[in-house]
Amino acid sequence: MMQSGSVRQLSRHEELGLTDEQAIDMYTKMLMARRFDERGLLLQRAGKINFHVSGIGQEPAQVAAAYALNREIDYFLPYYRDYALVLTVGMTPRELMLSVFAKAEDPNSGGRQMPGHFGSKRLRIVTGSSPVTTQVPHAVGLALAAKMKKKDFVSFVTFGEGSSNQGDFHEGCNFAGVHKLPVIFMCENNQYAISTPVHKQLGGNVYERAIGYGFPGIRVDGNDPLEVYRVVKEARARAAAGEGPTLIEAMMYRISPHSTSDNDLAYRTKEEVDEHRGNDGIPKYKQYLIECGIWDEERDAQLSKELRAMIDDATEYGDKAPYPAPEDILLHVYADDSGEGGR
Amino acid sequence: MSMQTIRAKEGVKMAVMEYIDAIRLAMKEEMERDEDVFVLGEDVGLKGGVFTTTKGLQEQFGELRALDAPLAESAIAGVAIGAAMYGMKPIAEMQYSDFMFPATNQIISEAAKIRYRSNNDWNCPLVVRAPIGGGVFGGLYHSQCPESVFFGTPGLKIVAPYTPYDAKGLLKAAVRDPDPVLYFENKKCYKLVVGEVPDTDYTVPIGKANVLREGDDITVISYSLPLHYAMEAAEELAQEGISAHILDLRTLQPLDKEAILEAARRTGKVLIIHEDNKFGGIGGEVSAIIAEEMLYELDAPIMRLCGPDVPAMPINPPGEKFFMLNKEKVKESMRHLALY
Repeated sequence: MMQSGSVRQLSRHEELGLTDEQAIDMYTKMLMARRFDERGLLLQRAGKINFHVSGIGQEPAQVAAAYALNREIDYFLPYYRDYALVLTVGMTPRELMLSVFAKAEDPNSGGRQMPGHFGSKRLRIVTGSSPVTTQVPHAVGLALAAKMKKKDFVSFVTFGEGSSNQGDFHEGCNFAGVHKLPVIFMCENNQYAISTPVHKQLGGNVYERAIGYGFPGIRVDGNDPLEVYRVVKEARARAAAGEGPTLIEAMMYRISPHSTSDNDLAYRTKEEVDEHRGNDGIPKYKQYLIECGIWDEERDAQLSKELRAMIDDATEYGDKAPYPAPEDILLHVYADDSGEGGR
Repeated sequence: MSMQTIRAKEGVKMAVMEYIDAIRLAMKEEMERDEDVFVLGEDVGLKGGVFTTTKGLQEQFGELRALDAPLAESAIAGVAIGAAMYGMKPIAEMQYSDFMFPATNQIISEAAKIRYRSNNDWNCPLVVRAPIGGGVFGGLYHSQCPESVFFGTPGLKIVAPYTPYDAKGLLKAAVRDPDPVLYFENKKCYKLVVGEVPDTDYTVPIGKANVLREGDDITVISYSLPLHYAMEAAEELAQEGISAHILDLRTLQPLDKEAILEAARRTGKVLIIHEDNKFGGIGGEVSAIIAEEMLYELDAPIMRLCGPDVPAMPINPPGEKFFMLNKEKVKESMRHLALY
């Protein structure tokens, strides 16, 4: 790019094809998820809600992955820490708060499921459950449908490193490998499955398992959103070209306890958590934007203010929204149940 | 629609065929009708299934629509569920129902709850076909009746046809159903049960039982293979002056309560028969429905004839014979009830 006669070096995000506005929007989504998540923890401590499960520390990779996909056509099969992913795909803080408060208007489940159990047909976010990794074969099934119907979408599924030990992970990956399906598997390796550290969870590395399924496996620094963006973008291009699946292992750290029911200091030290807090991808990415000359503290303060207002609004909206009618639990067992439950 | 009304219709061709041919025909017709219908499972493609149930489908519809899946039942169910959520109409074959248990989490935690947990946003039009039953020297793990494991899971529908007519009509209904349906076909019925099947595009409604034989002395309520023995026994008992009324449940979930009560009222004496073991079986629920609604109209205690409460049947012939129901055992129980 020529500017006043001199060659300006492209910034990292420009090299990846991201505009300044997009780079900033990614930051906005990360911070939005962080603020939402912090509010969820606060609401639980204040006794306003029963439960919150956090994704703090995992936002950069989630936002970057969503950004690298086609949010108009692709299918998303998130796991329960993926607030930043679903916010980037198009879910709103109000919709997430409706889920947190388990209200009737919650688009994920109508107040039936725990928070973090996402689903929205409108956004092609596929409904999920709590037994982990069941969504992996579902993503493969959607990719099979894409192949059968000759559609251009790909499916994108996430899970933790603990989940990568389930049979459904292996069965799903192998099926996708055999049929070269357009699916991207992304492990968010946050080093803990509740209390069990990664060295007691994995005998090897998740990404290296891909060799056995006959497709590429890539490890990436999950705290570096631009690198995650690059890797997911390439995986999507492979899928779209009919070259099959990719397994991505994004390395990160779960800064929060497993959930609000978990005392993490029973199995890890505060020093360890603090050390990883220092590697948090969000402040690093902010610094990057500042160094690029497209962000500054003043704009950051303004953004924080806006996000606070947004989360306040969402919280109030979720809090005040009505619960479902008790007898509504009888609805939607079958298409034709007319409110009688399973009969 | 009953067989009689079908037969009365002009231009309807009736073919006499085996139960297994009716299942195959249903798949073929549904795959011809709707390109979103496909079959996946172990050996269902090139080989046409270990029982030949899917024979010819790959030839006609190609490798993707008669898909030889890797040997992994949870993926067969789970991949089918994913495709179903997109809007495809998968028929997932479990080679034997005994091998269905690795897929149980996908069936019970996922398929059964997708509509409910998403508050009607998503649905899962899945069919899982699985051969049940013994008497084929299959030993413990090629002989089981697993229906009681899945029975009582709201969100699932369960059918278990006995006649070739129902085998075709219920499978077509299952494929078109917007919710997950478990289709339990009986492997001993494959060749044993022969009947008339119209060449028309008919369905048998899920949730409706069917009277196989009218009678006034005792009521037999059953499903799948044991009906074969009950029908034979009823024929012979008629010679002894015992008139049996026989109800084929056809659908196990939801149970056709009205038909069950009507059949029980007809004689006031009820015998429930199934090959699945007695304790925790479907007969217990049928029995409870009758007891709740019409206990004082009964003329005898509700009786059950079922497989014994052992883990599964053995491969040695005397042991298998001891486990299995047959015409003599059924006839004896029917006579016992009639004389009560």
